[in-house]
Amino acid sequence: MSTTSEASDIQPDGPPVHPDEGMPSAERPAVSNELVTGSLLDYSKAFAKRARSGESGTLPVLVGLVIIVIIFQTQNGKFLSHGNLVNLIDQAGIFVTLGMAEVFVLLLGEIDLSVGYVAGVGAVVTAELAAPPHNVNWFLSCLAGLGVCAVIGAVQGLLITRLKLPSFVVTLGGLLGFEGVLLYLIQQDKHATGGVISVTIPSVLNDIVNGSLSVAAGWIGLIAVVVVFGVYSLLQNQRRRSSGLVTPPLSLVVLKILVVAVAGVVLLLICNANRGSALVKLQGVPWIVPLLLAVLTVYSVLLGRMKFGRYLYAIGGNAEAARRAGVSLNNIRLFAFVLCSFTAGLGGIVYLSTQDSISSGIDGGNYVLYAVAAAVIGGTSLFGGRGKIVHALLGGVIIAAIYNGMGLLGLSAAAQFMVTALVLIAAVTVDAVSRRGRTA
Amino acid sequence: MAADTGAGARSSDRAPVTTSTAADPAGTPLLRLSKVGKSFGPVQALTDIDLDIYPGEVVALVGDNGAGKSTLIKTISGIWAPDAGQEFWEGRPVTIRHPRDSAALGIATMYQDLALSDNLDIVQNMFLGRELMRGPLLDETSMELAARKTLADLSVTTVRSIRQPVGSLSGGQRQAVAVARAVLEKAKLVIMDEPTAALGVSQTAMVLNLVTSLKQQGVAVLLISHNLNDVFAVADRITALYLGRVAGTVRVADTDTQQAVQLITTGALAPVSHPSA
Ligand SMILES: Nc1ncnc2c1ncn2[C@@H]1O[C@H](COP(=O)(O)OP(=O)(O)OP(=O)(O)O)[C@@H](O)[C@H]1O
Ligand SMILES: [Mg+2]
Repeated sequence: MSTTSEASDIQPDGPPVHPDEGMPSAERPAVSNELVTGSLLDYSKAFAKRARSGESGTLPVLVGLVIIVIIFQTQNGKFLSHGNLVNLIDQAGIFVTLGMAEVFVLLLGEIDLSVGYVAGVGAVVTAELAAPPHNVNWFLSCLAGLGVCAVIGAVQGLLITRLKLPSFVVTLGGLLGFEGVLLYLIQQDKHATGGVISVTIPSVLNDIVNGSLSVAAGWIGLIAVVVVFGVYSLLQNQRRRSSGLVTPPLSLVVLKILVVAVAGVVLLLICNANRGSALVKLQGVPWIVPLLLAVLTVYSVLLGRMKFGRYLYAIGGNAEAARRAGVSLNNIRLFAFVLCSFTAGLGGIVYLSTQDSISSGIDGGNYVLYAVAAAVIGGTSLFGGRGKIVHALLGGVIIAAIYNGMGLLGLSAAAQFMVTALVLIAAVTVDAVSRRGRTA
Repeated sequence: MAADTGAGARSSDRAPVTTSTAADPAGTPLLRLSKVGKSFGPVQALTDIDLDIYPGEVVALVGDNGAGKSTLIKTISGIWAPDAGQEFWEGRPVTIRHPRDSAALGIATMYQDLALSDNLDIVQNMFLGRELMRGPLLDETSMELAARKTLADLSVTTVRSIRQPVGSLSGGQRQAVAVARAVLEKAKLVIMDEPTAALGVSQTAMVLNLVTSLKQQGVAVLLISHNLNDVFAVADRITALYLGRVAGTVRVADTDTQQAVQLITTGALAPVSHPSA
């Protein structure tokens, strides 16, 4: 299920609509809409069936998140406070971004261990340019940082696809090598005092995580998103229905739109509440939220609705089948590694914005582990062929919630690592067990 | 080959047996192989292969293990080029050196390991590598409609949903998806390497029905099988290979299992009591 695009999402395989739904015999070419449209009850039944067979998609992850939230909230009432939730969103940014980077290569059944330090290198390049003495425009600085990361991805990808080196080893080299590059670049910078390059002047860079939309802009943005999503979903549904294909009931589509709207309203109410003091008001949706949602949307379209995504899943599922079908394996793989490193560069910019600086102290080794963990906890398979970009969002938020909650409880880093490890192992176990269920 | 009449009494020499002119339908063959040979170093895998396949005809390729069946179909589908002989497609001489070449002619080959992606659904598999697009985006609706129609034309009705992953299908259903892929490609010749080898009774029947459906749509089928029941159920003609040579081509209507077994195991037919044709 996870492999298919949204179209099949909204069309689970088989509410008991018709004995041979989807394949009318020649004598029954025109199927009336009543026949191809299951009721909401049929769909919930089909959903329950999928959930039992381990094809439930994102539901268990959401349940896990709710459990984690309940645990922390009962331990410390501040966990669900406005201020802390916005804090959590900011912390999640880097995990989510690096997790998205990892999804591209995990879908191939490959791995990229270098994303942490590639992000670091991207951040250094951006910071070097944006900070004095260069003072380059923030946008161009980001573009340069992202460009360098894309080139890094191309080099690693070429080694992996053309020389047929294992991605594990090539990117392990990247993990070591790019930490070296990072240290070297910072050492070369005479303005970096104590191994820290600060970017306080181009305020846009800081604002990505630390700045917020105005309250009004938040609401306008939400309305725009809900309207676009709603119209798109309804049009999609209409197109399937008028083509005589199995179509989810309209009530389900409306329900989905409502869920998105309600979730958006809740998010806005949290972010728009004053989390500063009575004197210094601090409110609004952090910039990182619309930014990550935009990246998420673009990547989801790329994976779910475009040829590149289809071929990525095909290669991850059965590379030989993809090859015989005429898919150019090397080009698709190469592009996946480029996208992975490029997205790591986005993560670097998010990191830079969170910290207001980049230093030689960035723990890229830890970040890559969290990146893989975010993708896998969210539901992306380590074995290739199954996963979605949204998994990185869910997994990243879960990791941030653990990180944040345990910090609130005053627990040590030791406990944090161990709990994250347990969650990761649990997620991989679910992956492996459900995989066995499928192949059996 | 059509001229090879009169040679009724074959003895120990390994020249091909042909049950006279009756073996060949009239018209231009879709594919004609003439004196095709292929060797792997010192191993002469194929020698002087003559084979004609006509449109809408099911030709069964039989022969013992190592007779050269797989080598022959790989030569036809362009996995490798022949060392000798000529190939004609619809009467025109062609050279097939790459799987692309055979695909361009309209030859679809279904290898025994079916080459489907388990994690993709039926529609996605059927269109893999030639997706229908709407601008930059995949046109899921049109692909689903076309897939549904193709499967319906092949009378495949046992699939629960065409949006289920192929990994959840049975062996016969997977064969159906592969055949549907070939039909979508508008293949004129479908080559199937032992499509029923791992299947049970009802699944085998389903695949044989698919072969018949293809034939009814005017598609020629070259079917490799060790199961003579299957061969006699669907084939129009049988070509037997023996040690890399064509031992004989016979019309199913003119022969029986016993003769076929003899061709396969000895590479020749004992002088037959009843004249064919
Ligand atoms: N790639 C190769 N390199 C060397 N020899 C080969 C190769 N492929 C096939 N052969 C030889 O060619 C001969 C014919 O093999 P082929 O696989 O075509 O037989 P087959 O009729 O398909 O048998 P089976 O019924 O067992 O599948 C055998 O002697 C085999 O060893
Ligand atoms: Mg063989």
